[in-house]
Amino acid sequence: MADKIIELKKVSKIYDGTAVVDNIDLYIRKGEFVTLLGPSGCGKSTTLRMIAGFEKPDSGEILLNGKDITQIPPYLRPINTVFQRYALFPHLNVYDNIAYGLKLKRVKNVYEDKNGKQVVKYEKISKKVIDEKVSRALKMVDLEEFEKRDVTTLSGGQQQRIAIARAIVNEPEILLLDEPLGALDLKMRQDMQLELKEMHKKLGITFIYVTHDQEEALTMSDTIVVMNDGVIQQIGTPKDIYNEPKNSFVADFIGESNIMSGTIAGDHKVRFIGHVFDMVDDFELHEKVDVVVRPEDIYIVNKDKGQVNGKIISSIFKGIHYEMTFLVGKTEIIIQDTAERMVGEEVSIIIKPEDIHIMKKEYLVNSYDGYITKNNKVAFAEGEFDCDVTKLYPGSHLDEEEYLITADGQRIDLTDTPVKVEVPLDKVEIIDNEEDGNTSGEIISIIYKGDHYQVIIRTPEEEEDFVVDTEYLWNENDKVSVKIKPEDITLKLKVK
Amino acid sequence: MGPLKFSRKNLGIPYALFMLVFVLFPLVLIVFYAFTDANGHFTISNFTDFFSRSSNLYVLLISFALAVLTTAICLIIAYPVAYILAKSGAKTRNVYLLLFILPMWINFVLRTAAMKELLFALDSIGIYNVTDWYFVNTVIGMVYDYLPFTILPIYTVLIKIDKNVMEASTDLGANGFQTFVRTTLPLSVPGIISAVTMVLLPSTTSYVISDTLGNSKVTIIGKLIENQFNIGTADSWHTGSAISLILLFFIFGTMLLTGKFTENSNTRGSGLW
Repeated sequence: MADKIIELKKVSKIYDGTAVVDNIDLYIRKGEFVTLLGPSGCGKSTTLRMIAGFEKPDSGEILLNGKDITQIPPYLRPINTVFQRYALFPHLNVYDNIAYGLKLKRVKNVYEDKNGKQVVKYEKISKKVIDEKVSRALKMVDLEEFEKRDVTTLSGGQQQRIAIARAIVNEPEILLLDEPLGALDLKMRQDMQLELKEMHKKLGITFIYVTHDQEEALTMSDTIVVMNDGVIQQIGTPKDIYNEPKNSFVADFIGESNIMSGTIAGDHKVRFIGHVFDMVDDFELHEKVDVVVRPEDIYIVNKDKGQVNGKIISSIFKGIHYEMTFLVGKTEIIIQDTAERMVGEEVSIIIKPEDIHIMKKEYLVNSYDGYITKNNKVAFAEGEFDCDVTKLYPGSHLDEEEYLITADGQRIDLTDTPVKVEVPLDKVEIIDNEEDGNTSGEIISIIYKGDHYQVIIRTPEEEEDFVVDTEYLWNENDKVSVKIKPEDITLKLKVK
Repeated sequence: MGPLKFSRKNLGIPYALFMLVFVLFPLVLIVFYAFTDANGHFTISNFTDFFSRSSNLYVLLISFALAVLTTAICLIIAYPVAYILAKSGAKTRNVYLLLFILPMWINFVLRTAAMKELLFALDSIGIYNVTDWYFVNTVIGMVYDYLPFTILPIYTVLIKIDKNVMEASTDLGANGFQTFVRTTLPLSVPGIISAVTMVLLPSTTSYVISDTLGNSKVTIIGKLIENQFNIGTADSWHTGSAISLILLFFIFGTMLLTGKFTENSNTRGSGLW
């Protein structure tokens, strides 16, 4: 296994009180092609800029070959950057742009003087050597004979090549690329992706590449680091990241995917969209999980021939395949298939066990889809609960007729407004008597969590689950009811 | 012909008229006066007379020395100011920029008079000598009056330089000083040239400053022209026009020279002016 060339230890960067990069640990091996991938504002560029030295971390340290370089300025780091907008020197021609770094470099030469003593001299690189290196770098990026050209007259693609040549000519240990292909058109971008990959092989140096384009990341990288909100979500090979996303963010960000809530229904069995599917992952019984299925991994068959029946509600031709939306119950599932099914057609789907990817759901809060009833209660999980609807609109209040008046005086009838309901695990009260609570269900699982029990209560019809942290021991299969105080119910408007 | 094209063409007419009446016509008049004598006959004696009088040549020399010195000092002061302004945060930057521009909003003659009072005040406490240092007085006055015109064009160019380009420079191994010499300075050349043309030209002619602060001992070419048009002898307008043309010629020469510089520096965009 190759050595770690760069290592970030508990690195954070804070702008205006928010952590853009939040306590990340990351190491990169020598010679790797690593991509930092994430949506804009996820902290990937800031991470790169800290490696380059343009930004100093607010805490943590950055090691290069095991040595702390956190405080070392960029011009002393053996790292070069290819900038997003090329950042070529507009006052210099192609040759002088590429030679910029070489002209500044001083090479250590050792001589012997008359007395046989060694004299160390730091000398400029000779014009001849610079000439050779520049023309070799230009050859590398396929722009021979461009030396005398004015950089401002070059096309975007050519400028980008010059920017790459300008960086690699210095023979850095690490080449940083900050969304270098972002400004190019699709065709050129694809060509450059392959060329960069080729260049990486030839040069054998470490590439750290930043992009928000998941396809680019999958095509080029040895390792992908998926980031979001300043935190590393997953590190892995492109295959791992695509096939085994660690959480729903990664699954959603890498390629198109269907993410559905499911429950483990037995040994290698998971229940979602009203059906128990076989799968390969091993999880604990009754655990709530996120199920990820790629659109291309779902097969459409005639009605009643597959696992789940439903209806095609839309179909779009995408060139190679049709992208269809399959509706089962209230869940929409995206399916890609080369054969088109008519909109409105009743069909059935098949999902193979190995195509079902399960992600652990970190249970922090119960969440439900609900709606507001006529008397300003909230209905979810087969029950009606008292709640404070004024929380939906900051600064609002209710008038005598129970209509909501917003802060700017608008009068709103909330009846049937869809809302997201959240209830903390420890705020759900379990009541022995089935009739006394707001809704009722059956206890399907009890797990001892060291200092408390985690109880799961499932409603009979909609099969909604309440996950409850409680000190008291209940019995499995008990029929109980559930009560929640109005102040413990958080409501959020569903954004259409 | 489309109506749009037609109307666009018409839009230019007022400007063409303006140029004709206020630029071309006066210029023709000046050329006419410069090459004729009091009787309206063609002559080049207005020019030969000017160059044959050593006092005139002295004025020419003083004017240019003053202009070059003023410009140089303005640049030396303005560049760091513009640099610091361009580097500072948006809030402080605007406040400081306003402070530097504010004097421009006060009447030029008043400013010069105020400078004179200031120099007299310094004289009275014994650290300055207004009466003997009349040339220095004039330089101080000119620098004071033209400094904002130097700061602004340099500042506008500096602020437009892509931050990434500077970062690229440090990334390629240049420290702060090397980055300045190899990147910032060459990229700000257009601003420097704008600043030079903004200062060099007016400082050869703005005799208000040299009159007020130079104790009438500093005569610049602008003053010489004014004198010719004021004495009102038969041929004084002709002489004055000739001097104007000579000045024009010199200015044109410097412009060509700086124009060459701009071409060489090969930079995109230019200064504010």
